[in-house]
Amino acid sequence: MEIISDRVGKKVLLLGNEAITRGALEAGVDVVTTYPGTPSSEIADMFSEIAKHATGKGVDPGFYFEYSTNEKVALEIAAAASFSGLRALTCMKHVGLNVASDAFMTYLYVGCRGGHIIVSADDPSCHSSQNEQDNRYFAFFGNAPMFEPTTPQEAKEMTQTGFEISEKLQLPILLRTTTRLNHIRGPVVLDKLKKPRGKGYFERDPMLVTVPSTARARHPILLKKMREAEKISERSMFNKVFTIGKPGEIGIVTSGVSFNYVIEAVEMLGVDTRILKLGMTHPLPRKMCEQFIKSCEHIVVVEELEPLLENQMKTIAYDIQSDVKIYGKSTGHFSRLYEYTPDIVVNVLSKIFGVKNPLPPVVKTEVKLPSRPPALCPGCPHRATYYAAKKASPPGTIYPTDIGCYTLGKAPPLEMADVLLCMGSNAGTACGFAVATDQKIISFMGDSTFFHAGIPAVIDAVHHNHDCVITVLDNRTTAMTGHQPHPGTEYDGMGRPARVIKVEDVVRGIGVEHVEVVDPKNLMETTKAFRRALEHKGPSVVVSKSPCILLEMQRKKKTGEKTSVYVVDQDKCTKCKTCISRFGCPAFYFAKDGSIHIDESQCTGCGFCTQVCPFDAIKQKDDENIGG
Amino acid sequence: MVHEKTSIVLAGVGGHGVITAANILGKTALKEDMTVYVSEVHGMAQRGGAVICTVRMGKKVSTALLARGTADAIVSTEPIEALRYISYANTHTKIITDVNPTIPFTVSVSGEKYPAVERIFDEIKKHAMLYKIDAMSIAKNAGSVITKNIVLLGALAAADVLPFKPDVLLETVLDNVPPKYRDINRKAFNGGIKAIKSLKTRSLK
Repeated sequence: MEIISDRVGKKVLLLGNEAITRGALEAGVDVVTTYPGTPSSEIADMFSEIAKHATGKGVDPGFYFEYSTNEKVALEIAAAASFSGLRALTCMKHVGLNVASDAFMTYLYVGCRGGHIIVSADDPSCHSSQNEQDNRYFAFFGNAPMFEPTTPQEAKEMTQTGFEISEKLQLPILLRTTTRLNHIRGPVVLDKLKKPRGKGYFERDPMLVTVPSTARARHPILLKKMREAEKISERSMFNKVFTIGKPGEIGIVTSGVSFNYVIEAVEMLGVDTRILKLGMTHPLPRKMCEQFIKSCEHIVVVEELEPLLENQMKTIAYDIQSDVKIYGKSTGHFSRLYEYTPDIVVNVLSKIFGVKNPLPPVVKTEVKLPSRPPALCPGCPHRATYYAAKKASPPGTIYPTDIGCYTLGKAPPLEMADVLLCMGSNAGTACGFAVATDQKIISFMGDSTFFHAGIPAVIDAVHHNHDCVITVLDNRTTAMTGHQPHPGTEYDGMGRPARVIKVEDVVRGIGVEHVEVVDPKNLMETTKAFRRALEHKGPSVVVSKSPCILLEMQRKKKTGEKTSVYVVDQDKCTKCKTCISRFGCPAFYFAKDGSIHIDESQCTGCGFCTQVCPFDAIKQKDDENIGG
Repeated sequence: MVHEKTSIVLAGVGGHGVITAANILGKTALKEDMTVYVSEVHGMAQRGGAVICTVRMGKKVSTALLARGTADAIVSTEPIEALRYISYANTHTKIITDVNPTIPFTVSVSGEKYPAVERIFDEIKKHAMLYKIDAMSIAKNAGSVITKNIVLLGALAAADVLPFKPDVLLETVLDNVPPKYRDINRKAFNGGIKAIKSLKTRSLK
């Protein structure tokens, strides 16, 4: 594996996320925890791969890794490792930090011992998220030192040095990344791998117990640490001024991936300027900023999402009584929405610098293109569950949904998603709709989501006897983020056998009286189960169990098991379109003459469609099999 | 023709091997000691959805993202995905696409329309230089349809936009696959080169 190569000085092409993994290995990380979430997942997945690789060879990987139940648990486990003197890394997507925030806020009060990096992977433009919150606010909110890398190389360096700084300050470090760092590949130079510390030792310290008197004593200590952090920020190699050409009147302040677009734009525009590139963005190097402000008449702040740097620059300018003009979001030059691109930055800078935008006019096509959104895969068991639930439910039924592949059930023709807030919200909102309406309710969540944040709302439903059907789409994996294991799977993140926790056992233990366990591949039985669940007064849970089709196909490939595809019997097909217009399997298509066919290259042989077709017109293709 | 910076857009559909192709370009540039950045799509963007990767390489490159109108080439595994990203093109941009459509499910389910392929090609020709090849058939002839991405890489290598020779790229392609698939991939790659060369000869006549 290239990522654990000991060839010091070798240049390799790494994903931003992989570079963070490498940085942690070069810092000798001991304990790594996560809950998977795009765009952060590959950081942890690499640790998982390395651990499995080592286990396969019968050697100790040197670190402990786990996919934790949720981000809060992940952070708590890593915090305890740090309290025991070990180095720890916890990674999550931006909204994961909301889940972990309760631990995060007070963790900063007590501080860490062994270095601890907390990675927040933000997602401007919501490529794969339910919001585009700017987690830099968390660094301010909780008083965490923060780094924002611009390239994979810098992500590695910040991770590595972050551990040192974390130990020096006795504070966890927030490494704030964005999709265009996490999912960009770039050259990374390998340094020496460091041997982890092994086992730690926990020494009692009453100051770790945050009763009010401790908390009150801890708060001033935290603020003092942040003053120390500011000194580190002043000297940090990650905060730098670049002079392009002759230093002009206009300076640019930027951080994260925006810096790359600024460099690109400045080159393209051919303007002279100075760029204050901030890598340690909390606390800011105040003196450095003061000097920069004094050296400019105009300052442009280029940062995605919220105007954090911009507002701080204004505050510093006010404090030093500078009359520098600051351009950014408040002047309407930049947007608080979505991620930036080189052309957005070129366009704004060309206006501010008063030079012509050299980019050609943007070509637009008048041809209307069909959209191509992601869809539930052919053979996805969720489609079958949705189909059955829809069949069973009366008009007006509310379908709260959750975070996972099954959100794709929002699309036509299923349209089985009505409300979504966050991980676990399906069951919470199901309870609420039961209180607020007389409508029937069937909510949906995945198995990993159930363990992550679904259980408390099921408890609420039982205790208050909320009349709703809560469905757990148990496909035996965390599919959307890349098939990570979870508490319901047979193996853990290091590839070791793990105790399986069954969803049905949990809900029965909680006290759900009506529990249906179904295989959605049997549409009739599944529909009946939903009908019974709907008839039951009070909360009921349907556990719809069938492995993710992608895992099934992988398994078949390994075992050599054949997949028999299905075909439409044109003699029997009446073109009622149920398979397309109601079931919506993407393997079906209309031929030019209007006849309906199954694309054999897409068919996974699940055969759900044979139960959907009212005319028995779908059959297994005889004699010929496609290899799995 | 070596530019200071080469910007390639790779487009297609989840499962067509777009990310693999982008990474092969990236690795090759790194071997040639260039600075290179590759953007990828993950998570929600997969599952049969439209996919775009960008690769930028050269002496001085700061980001994988490129400004609209600045692509040297757009390579697509099917026609409408080539047109979807036309905003990255200018009149000199070479657009290399497979001629075989992959019809999105929105056409059958939601009644959206897949335009006639000739209409798509005419539209591309209005704005950029079109190189359409039957990558699917070339891949099939090479031994497997899944090498369509490699056919397109071969085509790209022959289109005079990359800052390295086709041989160097082929080497990375072959390094990237298990030995038993090397022949298929070599055939696919060379098939792509040949397809572009024959297009060029035809246009000279």
